[in-house]
Amino acid sequence: MTKVPVQFTLNGSEKAEFIDSGTTLLNALRDKIGDTSPKGGCHQGTCGACSVIIDGELRLSCLTLAETCNGATITTTSGLAEGGVLHPLQRAFLDTFATQCGFCTPGMIMAAKVLLDHTPNPSREDVVEALSGNICRCTGYEPIIQAVLSAARANSQNAA
Amino acid sequence: MAIRRGRGVAAINYPTGMNLGGDPTQALVHSTPTGNFMVTLSSVDLGQGMKQIMAQICAETIGVPTDRVVVDTADTDTGPHCMGTFASRGTHRAGNAVIQAAKEARQVMLEVAAEELEVNASDLETDGQGNILVKGAPQKSISIFDVALSAHFKRGRSISGRGMFLIPRSHPEKETGAMKPSTCYAHACTVAEVEVDDETGEVTVLTVKNVFEIGRALNPKMVEQQLVGGSWMGISHALYETTEPYYPNRDHGGTDFNQYLMPGPGDLAETEIIVLERPSADGPYGAKGPGEMCANPQIPAVANAVFDAVGVRIDTLPITPERILRALKAQAN
Repeated sequence: MTKVPVQFTLNGSEKAEFIDSGTTLLNALRDKIGDTSPKGGCHQGTCGACSVIIDGELRLSCLTLAETCNGATITTTSGLAEGGVLHPLQRAFLDTFATQCGFCTPGMIMAAKVLLDHTPNPSREDVVEALSGNICRCTGYEPIIQAVLSAARANSQNAA
Repeated sequence: MAIRRGRGVAAINYPTGMNLGGDPTQALVHSTPTGNFMVTLSSVDLGQGMKQIMAQICAETIGVPTDRVVVDTADTDTGPHCMGTFASRGTHRAGNAVIQAAKEARQVMLEVAAEELEVNASDLETDGQGNILVKGAPQKSISIFDVALSAHFKRGRSISGRGMFLIPRSHPEKETGAMKPSTCYAHACTVAEVEVDDETGEVTVLTVKNVFEIGRALNPKMVEQQLVGGSWMGISHALYETTEPYYPNRDHGGTDFNQYLMPGPGDLAETEIIVLERPSADGPYGAKGPGEMCANPQIPAVANAVFDAVGVRIDTLPITPERILRALKAQAN
């Protein structure tokens, strides 16, 4: 199969790869680049586990072709911690016990980050709406909702 | 046609593990040269937190802080035998095996410490912070770090232990058929409040109040997490989830997450969790298995609440709008 070049910024560093045309961004990230934080749950856009942030927008990496991401800026959950210090959302997920098996967690955190980037002080309804494309088997969602609300509170206290 | 409200209650007993063919789990514990402890298991952590709990159990038994214990569940080919992580058996079976292994390792550790301190091993105790002290004379002490170094480089001892926990196979009595298929029951009771639309058959769970008796909660926050998720899953089983809605006919079964229904973050019932701790006699530090048990009582509670609301008994899961409307129609006829 013809290889095509792709080049994008992933979590602040430049990446360039030759990939098979038609490769999803999910597979390119996991298999070519080695960032396994986006998870392949359904591979058809129904579970949200593969969510990443492309140019500031929440995207399903399983439905995004890698070759359409040329020049894009991509953020995944593995890029959130800075210098070993967890992102407030990661901290909040730990503190509120919002993760069990952990498979949905990176996608949940991506969805929550986009929410908080646009709406720093969300209501519970905002959080529910933002997470509605992500499914979780273990937690019953309530701890995840609480984690996002708690991260938002921590952010606003830091900003104040 | 109206929205009708109902309340249902259900109580359950639920076993920990099973013993129809014997139910064993084994564990190995050994120290590193610097006095950290390694627990080797084949039991798998599925996210329920087994590694954390086994580290706590090993640490408590040996007398070191939990962060001094590493749990390796890496390989079922090479690890000590475990039947598996199912039937709510992980904490109970593996925990008992870890206690036995850790006790043996602790005994060796105290023997080495006794040689170093020139006292009798039975006169020693641990402080839980990584030190071994002479009872009544705590100024005479040695760190577990130094004991491990001594064992490895001076005394030629392995600070290690073997653990084996087996619930033996239960055979039915020939006369009566009576047997003991399971042990160590956990208990739960749930009260569910629902609204049922008798025109559409749709059920909304308003509140679900659960009481769980789970032996001792070895890690209360993780127990709470398990119970909150389990309560949600119970409601999901009661009202939504099925792979074969017209079993045994396979038609209309969900084949992906679009069709396989589960409640999402917008469909949550107000949930209350109360934990009762009645330590079990044969559990590791009194623990029972809260895993599967916690997703069960919501199902009959919701079914009873539906009956209370609209007067029909649905005896097939999930309790779908279609089943409610068919039952209402049959009742009217």
